[in-house]
Amino acid sequence: MTTSISGEAGASPAPRRRHFIRRHSLTVRLTHWLNVVCLAMLLLSGLQIFNAHSRLYWGKYGADADYAFFAIGSEQQNDVLRGFLHIGSLRIETTGFLGVSQEDGSATARAFPTWLTLPSYHDLGAGRRWHFSFAWLLVSNGLIYLLDGLFRGHFRRDLVPGRDQLAPRHLWHEVLQHARLRFAHGEEARRYNALQKLSYLAVVFGLLPLMVLTGLTMSPGIDAAFPFLPGLFGGRPSARSLHFITASLLVTFVVVHVVMVVVSGLWNNLRSMITGRYAIADEGEKP
Amino acid sequence: MSMRTDWSRRRFLMSMAAGAGAAVLAGCDRLSQNASADAVLRETEKLTRDAQRSLLGRHALAKEFTEADLSPVFRANGTQMPDSDEYAHLLEREFADWRLQVDGLVERPQRLSLYDLKRFPSRTQITRHDCVEGWSAIGKWQGVPLALILSAAGLKPGARYVVFHCADELEQTLDGSGRYYESIDLLDAYHPQTILAYGMNGKNLPVAHGAPLRLRVERQLGYKHAKYVMRIEVVDSFGAFFGGKGGYWEDRGYEWYAGI
Repeated sequence: MTTSISGEAGASPAPRRRHFIRRHSLTVRLTHWLNVVCLAMLLLSGLQIFNAHSRLYWGKYGADADYAFFAIGSEQQNDVLRGFLHIGSLRIETTGFLGVSQEDGSATARAFPTWLTLPSYHDLGAGRRWHFSFAWLLVSNGLIYLLDGLFRGHFRRDLVPGRDQLAPRHLWHEVLQHARLRFAHGEEARRYNALQKLSYLAVVFGLLPLMVLTGLTMSPGIDAAFPFLPGLFGGRPSARSLHFITASLLVTFVVVHVVMVVVSGLWNNLRSMITGRYAIADEGEKP
Repeated sequence: MSMRTDWSRRRFLMSMAAGAGAAVLAGCDRLSQNASADAVLRETEKLTRDAQRSLLGRHALAKEFTEADLSPVFRANGTQMPDSDEYAHLLEREFADWRLQVDGLVERPQRLSLYDLKRFPSRTQITRHDCVEGWSAIGKWQGVPLALILSAAGLKPGARYVVFHCADELEQTLDGSGRYYESIDLLDAYHPQTILAYGMNGKNLPVAHGAPLRLRVERQLGYKHAKYVMRIEVVDSFGAFFGGKGGYWEDRGYEWYAGI
């Protein structure tokens, strides 16, 4: 850790070891944190909704009598309530976490436990209200971010990988560097690395739009207005399954994202997403 | 700044963040039960309804499927057999004594037998039934368009909603507030796919699915599709019925507009 604090380049005549750049615009910072709130609320209220029918199907219809490729359930075995997770023909006992968990001090049949659902107790109506309210917020926030990114050149400038970054040798180099938890310093840290850019693009233009579209496809009203939507995903039950799978991918992204933020310089990253200022170590110096 | 103070500051900030996260989640439970917070969330329902209605237009049709798409087993939900002597008597005589009462803000109140209903032009549709819980089933429904019944009765000025009174009690209560009922507005009531179904999958409507008559309102979720319909009442407001929210499940927390 440095003991000297430096200002903007050229601000101080004293020897400097790092200087600050403006990394994130105000729009990016605000939409980022609002997105954090939305995704958290949507995940927890989404699990409340999932708990109402904890089975996933593929196709145009899917209910209890139909084959579920994924299911969380419970079974009474010799006076003991046991929780199970089924994925295809795989069956895993998950008592205490999935299928059966503690609620008000007693083992209760519920797919996801109280600490992962919003509200914590069973209330599908309330869960739906939270979910749809934050879905509106997520979509509004996302549209602001997208329009700002398109018109102000954020995507072109900061997220589209440079030609040099897409060279297979370079990509492989980045993969190895990431595996060793070594990150760019100095001038190279001014821009995102290629893996970072590709994963952000995948989330912004892949996973989040897929989340919204599969969510809308579950609405009978929207399906009547846009009849191609269920067909696009193979049916409402398929869209519901994709909604769950995409949510799982987003959770995976967030976990990796947070780990990367921590190991590549937690405070510098966090500061840049709050104040916009990001410290760059001057060339030839250790940060 | 020394390393030591730096670390303690960080630890402090970290524990602050963790504490705030837990407090937010506990707070959400409290907010869910708080009337004014819930009212804010309920505003979303209006936003969703207005947005969907503007996208849907008046006549956008729900997708209709083919015989090949029918669910092998159509899940029966809610009441499977109304628990009343009155219903038992009707069932015993295969609904020969059953009459659909149509009243309220109508010019010509009706009492229609199953035979009367079947003499109206019928509509058959294979549609997907979407439950609020998340499951879907595809079934074939045959019935009389609600618009024809309403036209036969003739609406009086001020008519805005159609309320369906049902034979089943989902919750046993002394004051009768556990009785199933539903309501839709005239926009859905006159939609071409809104029918009073007496047939399912080519047979008479089974008891588990609402015999002798159930509502199909295809652009909304399953709980709107009232089963065991006994009486249709045309009203200017549904605020006076039971909990005042326009339906059995609406009185228990679900949205009145169930297009999502």
